[in-house]
This record gives sequence, C-alpha cells and structure tokens, in this order.
Amino acid sequence: MNASCSTTPSAAENDSTLRVIDASCRPPLVFLFCGAALWLVVAWAFALIAGLKFHSPNFLANCSWLTYGRVYPVSTNALLYGFAIPAGLGVGLWILARLGRTTVVQPWIIAFGAKLWHFGVFVGLVEILRGNSTGFEGLEIPKAGAILMFLGYMLIGIWSLLTLYVRTERTLSAPQWFIIAALFWFPWIFTTAHLLLTVFPVRGVTQSIIVWWFSGNLRFVWLALVGLGAIFYLTPLLMKRTLHSEYLALFTFWTIILFASWNGIPQGAPVPAWMPALSTVTTVLTLVTLLTFAVNIYRTCGNGCSTGQNPVEGKFIAFGSIAFVIAVLMSIVGLLRELNPLVSFTWFTVAQADLNVFGFFSMTMIGAILYITPRVTGFNWACSNKAKASFWLAAAGIVLYTVSLAAGGVMQGVKLNNPQIAFNEVSRASLMPLRMSTLGQLLILTASVLLLWNLVGVLVRIVKAQVNPVNANSVAAAEVKS
Amino acid sequence: MNYGPLIFLAAFIGLSASWFGFVLTPQIQLGRAQQATNTVNTAQLYPIARPGLAQEGLEVYKANGCFYCHSQQVGQTGTQVNFILTEIGTNPVAVAEGLLTAKVGLTNANAAGLSAGLPKTILRNVPIGDAKKAAKVTRDNGASGTVEVVAVGPDIARGWGIRRSVAADYLYDSTVMLGSQRVGPDLANVGARLPDANWHYRHLYVPRSVVKDSAMPAYSYLFKTRKIEGRPSPDALQLDEGFAPENGYEIVPTDEAKALVAYLLSLNSSTPLFEAPVTVATAPAAPAQTNSPAQ
Ligand code: HEC
Repeated sequence: MNASCSTTPSAAENDSTLRVIDASCRPPLVFLFCGAALWLVVAWAFALIAGLKFHSPNFLANCSWLTYGRVYPVSTNALLYGFAIPAGLGVGLWILARLGRTTVVQPWIIAFGAKLWHFGVFVGLVEILRGNSTGFEGLEIPKAGAILMFLGYMLIGIWSLLTLYVRTERTLSAPQWFIIAALFWFPWIFTTAHLLLTVFPVRGVTQSIIVWWFSGNLRFVWLALVGLGAIFYLTPLLMKRTLHSEYLALFTFWTIILFASWNGIPQGAPVPAWMPALSTVTTVLTLVTLLTFAVNIYRTCGNGCSTGQNPVEGKFIAFGSIAFVIAVLMSIVGLLRELNPLVSFTWFTVAQADLNVFGFFSMTMIGAILYITPRVTGFNWACSNKAKASFWLAAAGIVLYTVSLAAGGVMQGVKLNNPQIAFNEVSRASLMPLRMSTLGQLLILTASVLLLWNLVGVLVRIVKAQVNPVNANSVAAAEVKS
Repeated sequence: MNYGPLIFLAAFIGLSASWFGFVLTPQIQLGRAQQATNTVNTAQLYPIARPGLAQEGLEVYKANGCFYCHSQQVGQTGTQVNFILTEIGTNPVAVAEGLLTAKVGLTNANAAGLSAGLPKTILRNVPIGDAKKAAKVTRDNGASGTVEVVAVGPDIARGWGIRRSVAADYLYDSTVMLGSQRVGPDLANVGARLPDANWHYRHLYVPRSVVKDSAMPAYSYLFKTRKIEGRPSPDALQLDEGFAPENGYEIVPTDEAKALVAYLLSLNSSTPLFEAPVTVATAPAAPAQTNSPAQ
C-alpha cells in the first residue's frame, strides 16, 4: 500500500485533511462493503448450484427452494443488487467526499440506509426462493424487498447528495458528474419499473419493453456511470498522475447519457419494429463511449501500465477497464445483422452480461474496496497475499467463464439455426462449455470468499479496537502509511 | 462558474428521453390495443384470455422460473408463397399449357406430371403475383388450387410455430415471460405441438423418463408419492420401468402441476393475423423436430 494520494502541492496538509475525510466515511462504508462482500459469496455459491443442475438434472430435484429457476435469479440478483449497487454507492460516496473535500454528512444515517438496503435484498432473495419472484428478468425481487431497498437507497442517496452540497471544493470534476447522475437515475428507473410492473401492472409486451429498458439502464448506464467514475478517479491516483483529459471524460459521460440509455430491446422481439431498431443504433453508437474511455485511460497510464509494480488494487481496476471495453464490444458485435441470429437466446448473452457485471463492474469495485478500506478504517489488510490471490483467482475465473460461455454460445447458436440438428443434440453440445464455466464459477467463488475473509478480518480488528482502544490505536498508527 | 444544476438538468433530460421513448410511447402505441377480429380468413376473436386454471398455471411457471430456459417467442426470417394444385379438372393439357404460357415459374418437367398425386405444391417460393396468376389460370381451365403463404426460418422449421410471434399474442397476459434463453425449446406453441397432458406430467416428473438424456431439471416436487389405498388414482402417472415408484405406491400430480400443465396446453399462438399472415389449413406438417414422445 504505497500509493500516495498527493496530486496537489501541499502534501502534508493534504494528508491530514484526507485522513479526516476518510475517517468520516467509515461507518457507512464498513456496512456497505461488508454486506456487499457477503452477497458476493452468496451470488457465486448460488451460481454454482445452478451450474451443477446441468451436470445432473436430478440434483436437488425434490426441493422447490433450490430449483434452477429460483437459484439462478438469486445468484444474478445477489450479484447485482447485493454486491454491485451497495459497493458502487459506497465507492461513490467516498469519491464525493474526497473530491468535495468535505466530511460525510451524518454518516450513521447512511450506515442505517445500507443496513436497510441489505435487509431488503435479503427479504427479496428469500421471496424468490419461496417462489414469489415477479417473473421479470433483472427485476425479480418482489415488492416487499423492493420497498426496503428503495428506502435504504433514498437514505444513502439523499445524504450522499447532502455531502455533495456542503463540499468545500466547489468545482465539479468528471468523476463527480458520473456519480451524481447515477445517484439520480437509479430511483427513477427503479420506481418506474416497479410502479408499472408490480403496483399497477401494464399488460402485454409493454411489460417486457419496460423490463428491457430498466435492465438496460441499470446494467449499462448505472454500472457504467459508477464504474467509469471510479476508474477515472482511482487510475490517476494509483498511477500518481492526473487524468489525461477531463474534457474527454465528460464527453464519455454525455455519450452514456445519450446513447446507452436506449439499449436493451433485443432484435426480433415481438414489439413494434422501431424499438429494437433504435436500440440497436444507439448501442452501436456506444462505440464512442468505449473509444473515448479507452483513449483517456491509456493516455493516463502511458507506459506506466506495466503491471509489474502495479499494486493489487490497480490490477483489479485495470482488469475492470479492459473488461468494460470487451463487454461493450461484445454487446455491439452481438447486434450485427449477420451475428445476431447466432447469439440471441444463447449462452453468449449470459457471458456478455456477466462480463459486464462481474468482469467490469465488480472487479473495479473490488479494487476500489481494497484501496479504500485501509484508508477509511485505519487498518491495513491482514494479509495482502490474500488480496493478490483473490485477484488471480477472480481474473482467471471470469476469463474462463466468459470465454467458455461465449464460445459455447456461438456454437449453440449455429446449431439452433440449423433445424436439421435435433434439439437434444444442441443441448449435448453445450455441456462441455457449461462444465468449463462451472470451473470458472468455482474460482470466482474462492476469490469472493477471500475478499469476505479479508473484510471480516478488518471488521474484527475494528471491534477489538473499540474494546481495547489503547493497544489497537498504536497498532493502527503504525500500520497506516498513506 | 458553477454550471452544476444546469448540467444535471440536461443530463436528466438526456436520460429521460429513453423513458419517453421506451416507457411512455409503448403505452400509447400498444397499451390501448384491443382484442380484435384482425385474424386472416376467420372471424375468430383473438387473442382470448386464458381460462382460470391456465392463468394459475402461469403463476406456477413464473414461480419456478421456467422462463430462464424457455423462450416464448417464435421468429421467422421471411414468408414464402406456394401454389397448391388441388384438382386438375377435365382438361389437364390446357391447365399445363395455360400455366406455362402465364410464365409463373412452372418448369416443363413439372408440367408433364401435373395430374399425379394431387393435391400437391406445384409452385414453391414464387412472388405472390405469380401465385395469384396461377390460381386464375387454373380456375379458367376448370381446375382448382390454392395460394399458400408459409413462414420460413429455423424456428418454424423446428416446428416451434407456424408464424412469428407478434405483440397481439400477449395482449391479455400479465407477467409476460418472453424469455431470453433457449436452453430448452421455445414454448410459444407447445400446446399445439404436444397436446397430451399425460406426456407433460411424466416429462415434468422426470424429463428423462420421456426424453432420452434430457437436460431439463426434474420437477418431482410438483408431485406426491403416496401409498395406493383401495383403487389406484386415475391421475397416477404411468411411468416406464426404472422411473416408476416401488410396488404399492403411486405418483400423483399436485394442484400446482395440474395448473402448470393446463397453462402449457393453453400456449398456442397459431392464429394467422394480418401482421403475420400464414395459411393455416394447408401449412405443411412440421418435421418431427420436437422432443415429443418417441413412439
Ligand atoms: C435448466 C433449464 C430448464 C428449465 C429451468 C426448464 N426446462 Fe423445460 N426443457 C429444457 C430442455 C433442455 C428441454 C429439452 C429436452 C426435453 O424435452 O426434455 C426442455 C423441454 C421442455 C418441454 C418439451 C418441449 C418440446 O418441444 O419438446 C416442455 C413442455 C418443458 N420443457 C416445460 C418446462 C416447464 C413447464 C418448466 C418449468 C417448470 C421448464 N420446462 C423448466 C430445459 C429446461
């Protein structure tokens, strides 16, 4: 942990204010991150159970709670709502506090919001297991859980904005734009989707259109805004440089706002033809998002990108940046006229979605969590080897998972498009890629367990410090170098 | 200078554009759609709401997440127009010559054996104008035939439906589960394809009892194993050896399983519509590509 945060001249003064700011983030961030890490483990454990169903269809067949159609959505929801969003909110809050050069306003309220959110996710996942899913892919958590999550989000979101409001550094920089827009956008899409789908449900395919719109905005717009915001803030910090171009970053921002928000309506869907057409055009235009982002980060790193000296946080974030580029490319390529029939309805789409949520967003967030937690809590990681191991496990896991599912998906698509090949033949051909993806899931699960273990270690030390302050403080003081 | 609020207003409007496009507009365009007699060649009302038990079954389908593996939307890559000769009349030579001079795409070889094995498709994949012309020529010469419109594409060839799915097919459904994966076959028309309730029970109980090496998970929790007391229940599953319970026991579907099967049998969107026209009666039988019982 030798990354210093001094990008401004008066390093000494800077350090002490930063430390006060970081400390003010402690209660909310500890709650957000620990809960998130727990859900990350749950997500991949359930993904593994779902994967095993393909190896043995009679596995747990007597238990309705553990049927494929319930454990699979639990895994995707735990990853998205349990890990990704709270982790993103925590990282976002910290960035707002740091860039605004202000302490967090009433941190305990945000911490309470975090508890509420995580409890909502818990209720929602249990409801899914009990068979009370809403039936909408990407929005399975039913009303009871969703209301708790929404209340939790509002507490976190409003107090994050208050923290922004009291900032002492008035000029807004690029990462703040990304995060503020995301803070506003989530409640809007979440309430729209729930109002029109579970409270006063519309009928017919308009339901599906709303689900696609919601899911597209959450998975592409929200995750990209928070994830890229974090990358734009942390990369220069880790590289000890300034961002190559603030303007280019803002340009990236506007392309996400204007183009990405339209993504998600699949081609060939039984809806009026202009919708998938518009969605396709705008998704292809996100090529601009990708290019401007890649150029900006590449220029920022210059030749310093060599991973040799890169601390493990940097490795996670670099991986996340590359995964973002690939995930967006995959979604664009999958829309091309020649390729779309080969990838729609196949495992390719799953590979793309998970590369985006895990490979890009979650990896970036894990990197950020590894960077932030020691600074916020005052405790270094008990064992930095664990962090390193978790990087290599997670990276190898998601690569194996994505590559096998993407390749398997294309094979599946080619076979599905040839009516001469019997359906069971198609299923059989998917078995090998599925087995390999299960191995990938296992690696990611191990990495997640290590992350959780690390965070619990810090938590234990925080608690010990409360019990026995004198002893622990001296340890902490000795540990923190930044 | 602090443009903050202004910027966020702009960003919010930018994002909301998609809200107007994909949330509000569909409400206006589709939300008010009505049940209509816009079916082709029939005065049938379409779509119709599902009967009660099938609607309950939809809830079971949803609760157990069948839609993570099964889509319910058929696609087609295009349509093809054929002409079928049904009767040759009294003057086969005149019919053949008439068709040849009309230049509708009939080959000399086909013209020679026109009267054999009727009804038969004598023009395949021709422009609609030619098919209509052929119909007129045959009629003028005392023969008769029909113009047939069929959908084509891999989904259709697999027997998953006779036309593509359109928005109208889902008008009365609440919780529309179009699905995004095809780990299993498309189910938009499974009621038409596999109309036997008993097959579905056996398949849900242990898919491998009816489809060799099926990759579908078993849903044995939707069934009860119970001791036979007195006479066996008429609902009891007739399972093949190796899947049957031990002697003196029987397997019966729960209410959930019954509702689910009612729902599966109600899945049928074969009615031709103006937006997706097909000829129903003469549509060629789909090749046996489903996993239907292999007897
Ligand atoms: C893990 C994925 C998966 C899930 C979940 C799943 N299925 Fe299947 N399903 C398959 C596969 C693979 C096949 C093809 C093999 C076969 O026919 O058994 C299939 C076949 C079918 C068929 C036969 C279709 C045909 O044309 O032959 C029906 C009907 C069916 N499933 C209904 C259901 C229902 C109802 C549920 C929910 C209770 C469900 N499936 C859940 C994978 C799945």
